[in-house]
Amino acid sequence: MYRPFVTALTLTVVLVLTACTGMPIQPAAPATETTPTTLHVLNWQGYGSDEPWAIEQFEQLHNVEIVHDYFNSEDELLTKLRTSPGTYDVVLPNIAYIPPALADDLLQPIDVTQLAVWEQLPDSFQTLPEIQHGGAIYGVPWAWGATSLVYNTETFPDGLTSLNALWDPQYAGQVGFEDNYEDAVIFAALAAGIEPANQPPDLEAIRTKLTELAPNVRALWQSEDEFNRLFSSGEITLGVYWSGSTARARNQFDLPIAFVIPEEGAIGWTDAWAIPKDAPNVPLALAWIDFMSSPEFYVRWDSTAGAPVPANPQVLAQMAEDSFTRTVFGDPAVTEKLAFITNTPAATREAWVELWQEVKAEMK
Amino acid sequence: MNPRATLTALLAPAYLWLLLFGFVPLGIMLYFSFLSDVPLGNREVYFTWENYGRFFSRGFYSQLTLDSLLMGLYTTLGCLLLGYPLAYALAKSVSGRWQTALFLLVIVPFWSSSLVRLYAWIVVLGKGGIINYTLGLLGWTGATSILFTYPAIILGLVHAYLPYMVLTIYVALDRIDDRLLEAAASLGARPWRTFWRVILPLSLPGVLSGVILVFIPAIGSFVEPRLLGGPAGTLLGTVIEDQFVQVFNWPLGAALSFILLLIVIVIMLAASRLLFRTRTNPL
Repeated sequence: MYRPFVTALTLTVVLVLTACTGMPIQPAAPATETTPTTLHVLNWQGYGSDEPWAIEQFEQLHNVEIVHDYFNSEDELLTKLRTSPGTYDVVLPNIAYIPPALADDLLQPIDVTQLAVWEQLPDSFQTLPEIQHGGAIYGVPWAWGATSLVYNTETFPDGLTSLNALWDPQYAGQVGFEDNYEDAVIFAALAAGIEPANQPPDLEAIRTKLTELAPNVRALWQSEDEFNRLFSSGEITLGVYWSGSTARARNQFDLPIAFVIPEEGAIGWTDAWAIPKDAPNVPLALAWIDFMSSPEFYVRWDSTAGAPVPANPQVLAQMAEDSFTRTVFGDPAVTEKLAFITNTPAATREAWVELWQEVKAEMK
Repeated sequence: MNPRATLTALLAPAYLWLLLFGFVPLGIMLYFSFLSDVPLGNREVYFTWENYGRFFSRGFYSQLTLDSLLMGLYTTLGCLLLGYPLAYALAKSVSGRWQTALFLLVIVPFWSSSLVRLYAWIVVLGKGGIINYTLGLLGWTGATSILFTYPAIILGLVHAYLPYMVLTIYVALDRIDDRLLEAAASLGARPWRTFWRVILPLSLPGVLSGVILVFIPAIGSFVEPRLLGGPAGTLLGTVIEDQFVQVFNWPLGAALSFILLLIVIVIMLAASRLLFRTRTNPL
């Protein structure tokens, strides 16, 4: 009994002693200049900013480490800003979500004189009402595009031209629809010819239209990755999708997918870079916005992966003539067919959310 | 050390942990469920019953609750039908190395990430998936796939929760003294009668804990319905998740969660009553 006890005691003492003497060897708290600076970016996954070559380029240029976080809906973006203040340096909201972000005091004004790209943006982008508040600018328009009808070119060699193809009983169980209450409501309004499609007055007609879609829906998707998986495995042959994502699906994954702006119209959106209220690193965030908007980044992104329409006309001019963007959005008449997402009042939004939940619940 | 101090030392860490990370967040959510909005920035919030009222004013919330309870019921039933015979065989018919091997086969899926298992089901069940491909090779090309339908959800849930059921029933069956079965046989009971009158009643506590362990998480599940259910995947669990993640309506999400919790408590109370009656009043 005595011996093991002594051994144990000795061992303990030795361990404690080595632990104590070991302590000073550990590095002291890192000094400020040796701390690697980080830039926290909040964006959709696979939406340009996380291209590995771009990250590497920016990291080397500014001696910084880029950390990405992703969201699957604009509301989720707002949730992340609300619940993690002081985390993100730069975010990419749809401009329609800048006013609600400002109502919760989530963004800071951007000193556009510090940005090289601002002067290059056309007036129509600089004066967008959503990005302004109290004479200050809160968002730098970066890209715009459409959410619209897509189809498998092997299944539909003659192509589709009507949004109501999604409702066609011939294609029952083949549609991949977006699990997003806002887009669901606007698509139903467009297909049913209800105006204005981005603020439809008659929600009962929307409900009827969406309920009629149910037998055709094979799956609901929320992210680019999810859509591509459904499409490439043949689960869906037509549906709705984002323009930039379609370009990437064709360029990067060789998917036989076509994107059309149908006769009924499509959903338009504009995304702008913004800086959260308590962003730890504003100067780098500004450098990031300039980098993301530069032809050096954007043209390469478009040619190697696929991009939506750039807000910066100098970038557009350098993009290839046969690029997806220039072939789909080259015609100015396209813009007139788009119902742009607007800032919907909270009460209306809530009604849309509940309507979409109810329609989904009835899909069983 | 006196016994009281020992008891405190044994219990304190676990209960402190539960209090900090279990009850306190639950309390905060209960508080949220009575608010008109998430108290952030300069929003005006006030106390209200509205979130709970909404559940009763809109028919589809109770319909979804019913759907979720049914989903839990089917899952539990599936686990029970598959799990009981398996547990019985493990406890009474096999032993030694075979038992270890069979046990491993039940538990190994448990060690892999649930997400990986679900994606595996997508590969198996899809239109061009393994099942349909094999059927096609056998000449049956018109088969529709069950991926993105209600049965696919149940399949995924049964797969996920089967080990709980098997393990709890196994423990109860393993404890039954084999001499009791011999006694029943020597008194002239046929195997079937021995099962009904001796084995089943004695294994009921294990069955009940298995049922509770499967039923409760199954009714609130949202990952399996979302990934395997397609358009059939809207249930109370996914609606609650949407309220928190997609639309930032924490008060409504919290209220729906507490309604579900209340229903579960009521069901469990009823179930335990039923069990006590069968115990004091054997067939």
